Amino acid sequence: MRGDAPILPLRLEDLAFAEGGRTLLEGIRLTLRGGPPTLVLGPNGAGKSLLLRLCAGLLAPTSGAVRWTGPGAAMARPPRHLIVFQRPVMLRRSAAGNIAHALAVAGVDGAERQRRAEAALDRFGLSPLAARPARALSGGEQQRLALARAWALGPQVVFLDEPTASLDPAAARAVEEAVAALAADGIKAVMTTHDLAQARRLAGDVAFLHRGRLLEHGPAHAFFDAPRTAEAAAFLRGELYW
Amino acid sequence: MAEGAFAEALGLVLGGDPEFLSIVALSLRVTLSAVAIAALVGLPLAALLAVSRFPGRQAVVVCCNALMGLPPVVAGLALYVLLSRSGPLGELGWLFTPAGMVAAQTLLVAPIVVSVGREVLEGVWEESGEYLRSLGCSRLRAVPTLLWEGRFGLLTAVLAGFGRASAEVGAVLIVGGNIAGVTRTVTTAITLETGRGNLALALGLGIVLLALVLLVNAAAFLAGRATRRAEG
Repeated sequence: MRGDAPILPLRLEDLAFAEGGRTLLEGIRLTLRGGPPTLVLGPNGAGKSLLLRLCAGLLAPTSGAVRWTGPGAAMARPPRHLIVFQRPVMLRRSAAGNIAHALAVAGVDGAERQRRAEAALDRFGLSPLAARPARALSGGEQQRLALARAWALGPQVVFLDEPTASLDPAAARAVEEAVAALAADGIKAVMTTHDLAQARRLAGDVAFLHRGRLLEHGPAHAFFDAPRTAEAAAFLRGELYW
Repeated sequence: MAEGAFAEALGLVLGGDPEFLSIVALSLRVTLSAVAIAALVGLPLAALLAVSRFPGRQAVVVCCNALMGLPPVVAGLALYVLLSRSGPLGELGWLFTPAGMVAAQTLLVAPIVVSVGREVLEGVWEESGEYLRSLGCSRLRAVPTLLWEGRFGLLTAVLAGFGRASAEVGAVLIVGGNIAGVTRTVTTAITLETGRGNLALALGLGIVLLALVLLVNAAAFLAGRATRRAEG
């Protein structure tokens, strides 16, 4: 399912985004490769969500470019990178129906849809909820369903915009495990979070944003043990709020 | 007179007078056909209008909204001119037939379905548009998804259209001609009996019409609630 040619690395080339005369992101140069999750960290308003939306192609940069440079990037095929939002969008259908709909949009035919929806629900421990209306599920269940829905499409990269914000600790932990399951299946996760403990558990590498600029990018242990910039050090001490 | 009206209404319903039954049947047939056609054409248009952005879109929206207030007599008159023997659509032979009445009512219902439907679906698009786009879903492909997502709100849009069609008399009177046994509906019969001074009978017909509208709305409400319960 995911054996096709890779679309990574993803290169962000001097990426900038401005809106209403305000520069929100500037001079972002970053290369994302396959492997363990990349965590995008930074205080509120640093531009983390915006960066994910630009990477996912939902917004066009004001200048610079988002380029998928892997050998598979040129081939047009159903979405190989997807985004999961902080507040998951659930359609007025059953949990299984939500996954089947996404597969239908991607052009997967009926019987195969059914099979893949069941596999996805099973992979994320959601099978007992298959027939339940998606909108009646709890916040954590909806977020896991959003991940299962993304997984079912067989993407190579999934962007996750604060998937555990506004969840209670137990639900947050369950979603975190679902993110780890994505990574275990060879899907590259690029995620933002405000939970530093969670970031330490998940991250392979960290990109640190502050006021629309990328201040650091490197292996997670290096970032957490010995941040190179004063801003990152202050952020890790919990002393940098915006 | 009120008691007389209720007695007339009861007598009509219980009496099983074939003429009365054919009037009610025609009323329902014309109105439901018009609503069905308007929904079939209008709902996809509403969805397209909700997701599309083109120059002049706002003007289209305003025109559709304004057409909700199209006076039935004016719609009837316009169709009368078009359908009359020397008119451009005279060949159809629809003047003074139920088909012409359906066309007239469709003209009245469609703007309501399009305008209210667009409003409902813009809300749905706002909620789920970014997700659908992230799947690579084109705006055209989003139309069936939006129609299904907005089904409960759209039911109200269609019921509003049904209300307009079942209540109006001007269009069906002009295009249909109120011919007994052919194009006489409940509303045109009420107009006729009022003119004749049979006020109790006219009121009785009015009560029957109200009861029918209530019945259709109650059925739609129950159906909507049942699916909402089942699907959340």
